[in-house]
Amino acid sequence: MAKVKGRTTFEEDLCKGCGLCVTVCPVNIISLDTARINKKGYHPAAIEEMNKCIACTNCATICPDVVITVERL
Amino acid sequence: MAIVFEKTKGLTDKPTHYCPGCTHGIIHRLVAEVMEEMDLLDNAIGVAPVGCSVLAYEYFNVDMHEAAHGRAPAVATGIKRVHPENFVFTYQGDGDLASIGTAEIVHAAHRGEKFTTIFVNNAIYGMTGGQMAPTTLIGQKTTTSPYGRDEATTGKPIKMSELLATIDGAAFVERVAVNNPANIRKAKKAIKEAFKVQLEGKGFGIVEVLSTCPTNWGLTPVEAMKWLEKDMMPYYPLGNFRKPEEVE
Repeated sequence: MAKVKGRTTFEEDLCKGCGLCVTVCPVNIISLDTARINKKGYHPAAIEEMNKCIACTNCATICPDVVITVERL
Repeated sequence: MAIVFEKTKGLTDKPTHYCPGCTHGIIHRLVAEVMEEMDLLDNAIGVAPVGCSVLAYEYFNVDMHEAAHGRAPAVATGIKRVHPENFVFTYQGDGDLASIGTAEIVHAAHRGEKFTTIFVNNAIYGMTGGQMAPTTLIGQKTTTSPYGRDEATTGKPIKMSELLATIDGAAFVERVAVNNPANIRKAKKAIKEAFKVQLEGKGFGIVEVLSTCPTNWGLTPVEAMKWLEKDMMPYYPLGNFRKPEEVE
């Protein structure tokens, strides 16, 4: 069976940079983007290697600010 | 291509005022998701507490009422008795429910009032600046217990779920935690069961949710989740303490 692929999108300006999503990602692709600052003044969570996402929804499940939407491709 | 996770309609679009990593946001979402899934959004009336979640009425996309400190169960009793056809819930913290509101919650449970309480226990008073709560752990440092909570003068932390489970009117009592995705999914299941108990008219239901307060614990959000698991969960064991036999 082909591996499930996902696409995760962040509503970046609502992110408070708490980093909880970073710790629960089983494929370790989420990080806080220290090169950017969002409207709230935090480093927002972001994914660089989206092709590794498996749409497990762990990040969205633990996000306290409901910033994350997950699609299964 | 299918969306497997998106924001529930049970929450408004207003960004919350909670600190980064505060688990109130997770618990708000779980309650809202369950209400949406059970088609309760047009029928629900929530009662907000005093504490950090005092503004919960801004975030839940249902009819809400504000109560005086600790009195949410009394207000919910009135609402449910006048509107028995509506779904009624209270959302309360530990400073609200386990301290000033102990009488209200105990007697609401004792009378078997048919509403549901979401009890958020983070072992501290958050909004007022991190004072010791009845639920604060032995040795835990707060602004009013700077050397750590002392059992000799303040007793042991109160276990509300165990206490309420001794009351016959309490039909559903369960303690859950939101420290990792697996426990968050279990917490959602417990909230759904508790809501079902109300809809079936079986009596009072409460779900105690072990929560964090990174700001007042003086920890990062990630460290706070670990503290919850390592220090709080051994004293406040997770599990169901009471449920009607028919509820699965």
